Amino acid sequence: MSAVAELATDTVTITQRNLKKILRVPDVLVFTLISPIMFVLLFAFVFGGAIGDQGGVGYREFLIAGIFAQTVVFGSTFTGFSLAEDLQKGIVDRFRSLPMSPGAVVFGRTLADVGINVLSLVVMALTGLLVGWRIRTSVLEAAAGFLVLLVFAYAISWVMAYVGLLVRTPEVVNNASFIVIFPLTFSANTFVPIETLPGPLRVFAEWNPVSSVTQAARELFGNTAPGAPEPEGWALQHPVLYTLLWAAVIVAVFAPLAVRQYQRAASR
Amino acid sequence: MATAIRAQGLRKRYGSEVTALDGLDLEVEEGTVMGLLGPNGAGKTTTVRVLTTLLRPDEGTAEVAGIDVLAEPQRLRRSIGVSGQYAAVDEHLTARENLDMVGRLYHLGRDRSRQRASDLLTRFDLDEAADRQVKGFSGGMRRRLDLAGALVAEPPVLFLDEPTTGLDPRGRAGMWDVIEDLVAGGTTLLLTTQYLEEADRLADRIAVIDHGRVIALGTADELKSQVGGERVEVVVAHAADLDRAAAQARTLGPAEPVLDRRDGRVTVPVDGGAQALVVLLRLLDQEGIEVSDVGLRRPTLDDVFMRLTGRPAEDAAPTAEEPETSESAATTEEVA
Repeated sequence: MSAVAELATDTVTITQRNLKKILRVPDVLVFTLISPIMFVLLFAFVFGGAIGDQGGVGYREFLIAGIFAQTVVFGSTFTGFSLAEDLQKGIVDRFRSLPMSPGAVVFGRTLADVGINVLSLVVMALTGLLVGWRIRTSVLEAAAGFLVLLVFAYAISWVMAYVGLLVRTPEVVNNASFIVIFPLTFSANTFVPIETLPGPLRVFAEWNPVSSVTQAARELFGNTAPGAPEPEGWALQHPVLYTLLWAAVIVAVFAPLAVRQYQRAASR
Repeated sequence: MATAIRAQGLRKRYGSEVTALDGLDLEVEEGTVMGLLGPNGAGKTTTVRVLTTLLRPDEGTAEVAGIDVLAEPQRLRRSIGVSGQYAAVDEHLTARENLDMVGRLYHLGRDRSRQRASDLLTRFDLDEAADRQVKGFSGGMRRRLDLAGALVAEPPVLFLDEPTTGLDPRGRAGMWDVIEDLVAGGTTLLLTTQYLEEADRLADRIAVIDHGRVIALGTADELKSQVGGERVEVVVAHAADLDRAAAQARTLGPAEPVLDRRDGRVTVPVDGGAQALVVLLRLLDQEGIEVSDVGLRRPTLDDVFMRLTGRPAEDAAPTAEEPETSESAATTEEVA
């Protein structure tokens, strides 16, 4: 078998293993499904009353794309958590002693975790529809909106894979990523319009890829008011392109790093 | 006979403090069982990890199944099976799924992987539990499953790192039976153990290792003979007879008997083995000395270890503790 074919078949094997695990460990599944619902409801009802229409649309409609973006970015933490857990449990020793493709363990992990994000997007979309969110574009555009969210989350999960293999302790992965992801997803247009942010923070938010992925989703779902002024900055004017560029760069940098770190982490 | 495993001058240090391997040399003939015997921290696990491509040594060369371990690790992995100290099985998969996954990762293909999984489940007495998740398994079942995982691709060379550590006596006996069956099939086996009894029972040759190097090598009998020959031991029924018994024992040969007054025991080194025992018993009987216990004692491997290292096998020097597992490696060396 060629190296690429080996990587592909081994990745399928590992992905299957990870998907089975996701379905069989109820706490992960419950957390995956409950927390997005909680987020949608909390923001819709707690903030929704205090914050009026934003950019010509109701706050709930404005908000949903932001919650989608934040949740899938948080969801990618699971990639790092699981890899650190595998390292601790010793199953990686079995993998490493097999003539399998070394990249397959990390590829199989990131692919399986797309499943988690698909699941949480479905749950969030349904909850969103219940509280008044609507898709105002075509099915195709809406699908593109979900796809952009998933692609971005997939890229972030490579960062998390690297972090997980570096720190090797599942709990530390969770805490460390929280410290980074929480401010990153709040210093953006996720929950408030970017114009309300003070100077430097506003510039950061304009170029923050979390803003662009949120903006991309908002536009593709039709959750922006018709005739609203164009956002400031090239990034938010071309949110899909800007997001995909980020995703490509992140994967190009972190996929090799993560695979190399896997080989190092396992060979101690 | 060809050499299945050859290691020369293996060295591995962790930081500046711990030397896990200190110029270890080892050769194992094809189709034989080599027992790597030593206390915790002696370097047994590190040796296995190096020979199974899991760890790169700082220095030295190694060849397994005719393949250079350092130059062609990926090729070697097709020819070896490993079962570690901590069962490397997936808790949330069933026993069957675990083995099937391993088969696929050996690239055996779907049908063959399934077939091997079900053959091995039967062979390791896991049929009933085959479709249950491993998280409910006992320690013995996990070990058997892990060992089955090592055999999926029918590798010619097998490495078992402390296969019975942590098992209850029944689990240990079961594992021994399984290993003996395996070896009867011609597999070359490198086995590490802290149990002298285990090395004695399973291994053709034993390498005693301490502080990262081989300090003695030979069959169990050869090692024992280094400590000295056989001894006859007699326990007298009445303590008052002890000195008279010792006088008779003295007539057996040049060696001086050793008396244990508390237990009423006389021990005397002999050359003649069983014949000397018979002679002594006859003498004691003639003298009317009643005997409560008698035996011909061969030196144990415990005696060997004591003799070689000056300390009992169980008493590992704590400063020489190596990171035996990935778990302890994770806690002792946080971030690289």
